[in-house]
Amino acid sequence: MMNRDSQREFQVLGKPTPKKDAPQKAAGRAEFADDISMPGMLHGKLLRSPHPHARIVAIDASLALALPGVRAVITGRDFPGVRYGNLPQTRDYLPLAIDTVRYIGEEVAAVAAVDEDTAEEALDLIRVEYEVLPAVFDPEEAMKQGAPQLHGQSPGNVSAHTESHFGDVEAAFAQADYVREDVFETQPVKQGMLEPHACVGLWDGFGKATLWSCKMSPYAVWRQLAMGLDIKPGDIRVVQTYVGGGFSGGKQEAMPMDFCALMLSKKTGRPVKLVHTMEEVLIIGHMRHPMKIWLRTGTTKDGRILAQHVKLLANGGAYSSIGGFSIFLAGAMINLPYRVPNMKFEADRVYTNNGFCGALRGHTVVQMCFARDSQLEKIAEDLAIDPLEIRRRNAIQDGDVTANGFRINTFAFDECITRVAEMSGWYNKKGKLPKYRGIGFGCGAHLSGARLMGHSASTAEMRMLEDGTVHLTTGSTDVGQGVETVMSMIAAEVLGVTVDDVHYLKVDSAATPLDPGTFGSRVTLFTGNAVKQAAEDICRQLAEVAGERMGVDPRDLMFFRHEIINRKDEKQRCSLKEIVRWGMFQQGRIFSGRGSYGYSEEKIDFRTGHGNLSPAYNPTACAVEVEVDPETGRVTVVGLWGADDSGTPLNPLAVKGQVIGAAVMSIGHALYENLIRVDGKVMNPSLRDYKMPQATDLPKLADFKHSNVITWEPEGPFGAKEAGQGAGTGVIAALANAVYDATGVRLTSLPMTPEHILFGMKRLQAQNRGQ
Amino acid sequence: MNDLIPVSLRVNGVRYDIAIRPWRTLLEVLRETLGMTGTKRSCGEGQCGTCTVLIDGKAVNSCLYLAVEAQGKEISTIEGPPEGDPALEQIQRSFVAKGAVQCGFCTPGMVVATRSLLSEIAEPSEDEIREALVGHLCRCTGYVQIVEAIQDAASQLAHKGGD
Repeated sequence: MMNRDSQREFQVLGKPTPKKDAPQKAAGRAEFADDISMPGMLHGKLLRSPHPHARIVAIDASLALALPGVRAVITGRDFPGVRYGNLPQTRDYLPLAIDTVRYIGEEVAAVAAVDEDTAEEALDLIRVEYEVLPAVFDPEEAMKQGAPQLHGQSPGNVSAHTESHFGDVEAAFAQADYVREDVFETQPVKQGMLEPHACVGLWDGFGKATLWSCKMSPYAVWRQLAMGLDIKPGDIRVVQTYVGGGFSGGKQEAMPMDFCALMLSKKTGRPVKLVHTMEEVLIIGHMRHPMKIWLRTGTTKDGRILAQHVKLLANGGAYSSIGGFSIFLAGAMINLPYRVPNMKFEADRVYTNNGFCGALRGHTVVQMCFARDSQLEKIAEDLAIDPLEIRRRNAIQDGDVTANGFRINTFAFDECITRVAEMSGWYNKKGKLPKYRGIGFGCGAHLSGARLMGHSASTAEMRMLEDGTVHLTTGSTDVGQGVETVMSMIAAEVLGVTVDDVHYLKVDSAATPLDPGTFGSRVTLFTGNAVKQAAEDICRQLAEVAGERMGVDPRDLMFFRHEIINRKDEKQRCSLKEIVRWGMFQQGRIFSGRGSYGYSEEKIDFRTGHGNLSPAYNPTACAVEVEVDPETGRVTVVGLWGADDSGTPLNPLAVKGQVIGAAVMSIGHALYENLIRVDGKVMNPSLRDYKMPQATDLPKLADFKHSNVITWEPEGPFGAKEAGQGAGTGVIAALANAVYDATGVRLTSLPMTPEHILFGMKRLQAQNRGQ
Repeated sequence: MNDLIPVSLRVNGVRYDIAIRPWRTLLEVLRETLGMTGTKRSCGEGQCGTCTVLIDGKAVNSCLYLAVEAQGKEISTIEGPPEGDPALEQIQRSFVAKGAVQCGFCTPGMVVATRSLLSEIAEPSEDEIREALVGHLCRCTGYVQIVEAIQDAASQLAHKGGD
């Protein structure tokens, strides 16, 4: 075991620390994008396609323009017609549709008016003539010959295809004592953040465009805006506001509303604000990919996995978004948290006339873990092996290299399993609970940021102020997960100051350093390392001045509680502020630190799937106890116990919030949430009908526990790994396994609604009567 | 514009005489007319609780409440009265200390609802707290730290006793 449970001595880190911006938020003083108001500001609204697939023949905006209070109407023709997207091969977005719409809700025109009511009224006055085209909604139908084609450059509607093969799957299956195949299906799930997308655009008439918006990854937006507007990135400024929940999706990318706010501003000379209604949020794209997962597993008779073969079909919706990477990641993550010596993965992401899919907390790892850990439970049952034992037998260990080339530093999976067994009272409950009560186990894993082919390095800059406090800037955003606090803690730890002495600024592309953004659980590790380095850089500069002033070798100086101290003679010390002022005022110094992380010689080969995708990997395990109402099929989650190896938690208060938040989100995914679509039309675009977990849907506090298995991850800043996504990955399978334990009903498609469970129980009863 | 009507509202103990369109919701008037943006708008149909304010001490969804109906009533928002509200401030401190705030978008509504809950039940049980939070969605926290914050606030306020 490597460095396990080796808590280091910290001054600042490792202590539960309230979020720095929480007082403003709790007082209602945090300014979100919708709270922004500017003199002369206009309000924009978007006209959306009522058809899943149609050609736009003509748009007549004359009546709308004649409405008093309307200042401008724009269509796709007002933009340069340049497609934008995440990767060169997936640029299929337009700011507004030009000649074709591909899903119900796609943006066709935009209005700016003196208020929202007028803008809304104007939408009804825009006449769009459509020629309706045949549409396709099911990915299997979409791949058939003769199916309507969504994008000319993608024959067969295949938006992305990926495959990988490690070891020799056929030979391994031939040797296996036991082989089984199952098919699992998952549903579209929305990000569910409470702050609808919002932005204010200002194009100043001198060629400079500024967008204020709640973006998680402002630099990705910045690049995409430049692409779609066909102007230089330097002429665009993206200013991040507070982000009222992200979970990826539209806050990760430039959206039609962002382009339209800017273009409407250009036309009117006024700032223009657009805010989605919740109905719009639910209708437009950006959701978790619904998937059909065929999974074949071969094991020895004692349950050791010899091979897994996965065929995956993802319903991508009308556009690419990040979908190519989504399916790649699903395949890569088959290699965790179990040893799979032989693995084959084939996946297609298919265009259909639905809202498009992309990333959402846990990305595609969540769907794969549901499939794999549901199946593993069946294998354990068939082979009469304890469900925990089969997981232990296959568990990845510290130092492993997986078949696809993941190099595992720390991975305390065994300990996670053991802790969950203890916390949940597993061995007193499994098989011993009363009828309609059951317990299930589920596991998963995540990575701490992916090394991508394009931009993957994070950077940080730090500037000392004359009062001994610092301004810290990175390109990473706080979306509620606590970035501003943990980055400030890292800086404070190095500088020997307090968290309050570090001022963490929001991202502003005109002022903050470049960064890919906040996604993939990358920030604590990537940006954290950059911040640590920037703080060390500033310490070197200060030590130089202090050493000169104190007559001490700068290398002997340490930074501790606002003082700079000679390690060799601790009586020799002077205050940080004194050195800062001396350096600034007498020597004209600018104390400015820089740091970066992410450059790596090793690259992932995205064609073969081989390579070390992330600097660090973390396992998770959980047990869920449920009670099923035999009359209604309704599931009550009565207990949830999880354990994660998040490395060394730098802010335990935030880590707790992350792992619990992720687990509860997975309860919603497993039991309630489903964006219901009929012929491409969303039938439940309201928070009344798209049901997310409420406070009454959780176990009591005494039966909802989480434990951190502490490791020291050598790649992490101060031993840390990710905490925000992994904890949700095992929960869905655990729930499916618990429902099975309670009722005998094995559900392989999500969500596990009361009617599915009830019908399942009735089928079982009928079978039993028949025997 | 002749569709404006005069309305007099008392918000956080301060009187505002304004002219609004009669169909304006209290949420719209608070945010747009009075510039009090602490109260958030999200679902617009009374499902999420981000727009919660108190009317005569009772929590309501201001997105479903016409501003004209609030005349003659005492409206309390997250901004609180100018002279301060010790209970509100304790609730805010507890939310901060217990990690109940992540993205913060649901927080004003949650805090205001807690103010109402604790004025009705000084030391609510865990179940009573959860019941009070129905109609308040939070996507970030999974609610655990919110429940803990409300327990903490209740206990802090109870210990100060009767003052």
